[in-house]
Amino acid sequence: MTKTVGEKVKEIIAEQAMVDVAEVKDDATLDDLGLDSLALVEVVFGIEEAFDLSVPYNANDPSDSEFDLSSVQSVISAVEGLIKEQGAA
Amino acid sequence: MSTSRRVVVTGLGVVSALGTGYSEHASGLKEGAQGIKPIQRFDTDRLMVKIAGEAAQFEGTDHFEKSELSMLDRVSQMALVASNEAMAASGLEIDDALALRTATILGSAMGGLNTLDEAYFTSYHDMKNRVHPFVVPRLMSNAPVSQVSMKHGLKGPAYVVSTACSSANHAMGQAFQMVRSGAVDAAITGGAEAMLCFGGIKAWEGLRVMSKEACRPFSKNRNGMVIGEGSAILIFEELERAKARGASVLAEISGFGMTADAGDIVQPSQEGASRAMRLALDDAGMNAEEVGYINAHGTATAMNDRVEAATIRSVLGDHANGVMVSSTKSMHGHAIGAAGALEAVATVMALSEGVVPPTIGHEEDDPDIAPLDIVPNQAREVTVDAALSNSFAFGGLNAVLAMRRWIGA
Repeated sequence: MTKTVGEKVKEIIAEQAMVDVAEVKDDATLDDLGLDSLALVEVVFGIEEAFDLSVPYNANDPSDSEFDLSSVQSVISAVEGLIKEQGAA
Repeated sequence: MSTSRRVVVTGLGVVSALGTGYSEHASGLKEGAQGIKPIQRFDTDRLMVKIAGEAAQFEGTDHFEKSELSMLDRVSQMALVASNEAMAASGLEIDDALALRTATILGSAMGGLNTLDEAYFTSYHDMKNRVHPFVVPRLMSNAPVSQVSMKHGLKGPAYVVSTACSSANHAMGQAFQMVRSGAVDAAITGGAEAMLCFGGIKAWEGLRVMSKEACRPFSKNRNGMVIGEGSAILIFEELERAKARGASVLAEISGFGMTADAGDIVQPSQEGASRAMRLALDDAGMNAEEVGYINAHGTATAMNDRVEAATIRSVLGDHANGVMVSSTKSMHGHAIGAAGALEAVATVMALSEGVVPPTIGHEEDDPDIAPLDIVPNQAREVTVDAALSNSFAFGGLNAVLAMRRWIGA
């Protein structure tokens, strides 16, 4: 069965956070999951590779990036938005 | 420690985004010129970051024969052109005795990256089964230092120092210590870096710390660093020797401090950086109150500039707000392994010409930085008696030089 965007994103986050994918809840912040700035860059890279997307993210000002990394759900929504926008699978 | 031997700067040579030659580089610094522009020398179609502090005016064919160029990566070309200028400006004559007592110590983080990038492209993209026979002697990190030593017949200690963004400061610090200790009488030192190529920019893009628009150190709206390239070479000489031959002295190198954070591979540390600044001051016998100018590391990343401002405050205390602090990376970009050398030249200029270079691109005060005087946008004509030049590298490696104005003694 094909995985949903949300499932794939959670797997990517779980891998960086070194936790079981079941522990990656929608309302968790990436900070809660213990992801530091380098791990965030790796999450962004993982998403770009998995979905063949280009993610607008600048580590100098994550809050100002168009890509909302505040919670697991916000990341999933942002990825879904980019998929629509960039027409990737 | 014996301080009987003093070390002075007697010659400068530069290649940077502001021009080829000290006078062009210095003019750019004084004018607050913008050396950061759209990349010209290669295709940026597949790059997200399309700007750099590129020395676009620098073409190897203007300076070398075709037969010489086959052995010289761009990084070595720049080091040779800068060293020729510095040697000529110093008037230093290398005889058989001095050749044995002159060190050649340069900083370079990436060596011949253009050569590596081209050879990989040829092998992996073009699927060719052979590369140019001189790929190795062109790309090896010590190629620039060896080329400079060969060109000028310098037979003393010679090596390259590779500590990312602190490479040149570490190299100059070692050269200073060797001349001061009596291990050598003179040194050709500084740094060279030429990592502007597709693969080089692509690698930096990955870290997500680059600005796509501009380098705005200390400005609240700063959003990342911009890579530069170039070489700066400084001639260090023992003072009595320089005086005896009637050399014109540009500045005194008076101290050096280096530390490791032993913390994080990319995050800076106020503790490690402030220890390096204090060690440089102590080594120079310089009081915090004497410091008139600091050439900051000032990369324009959110984190570096905030930590550096806090570091300067912690080291200089109440005097911090009376010191001019500028990042010349705003004009020539971050030349990585050559950065400290380009910035040492800017510091020597401030001391010898009485013009403090600005931090250009300043648009908005940052409460984390203010009220530090970052010399926004315009150079300032003012006498500076003592200065520091900071380099704080990835890997937590800090190196700070202390210098004094030469007033004759």
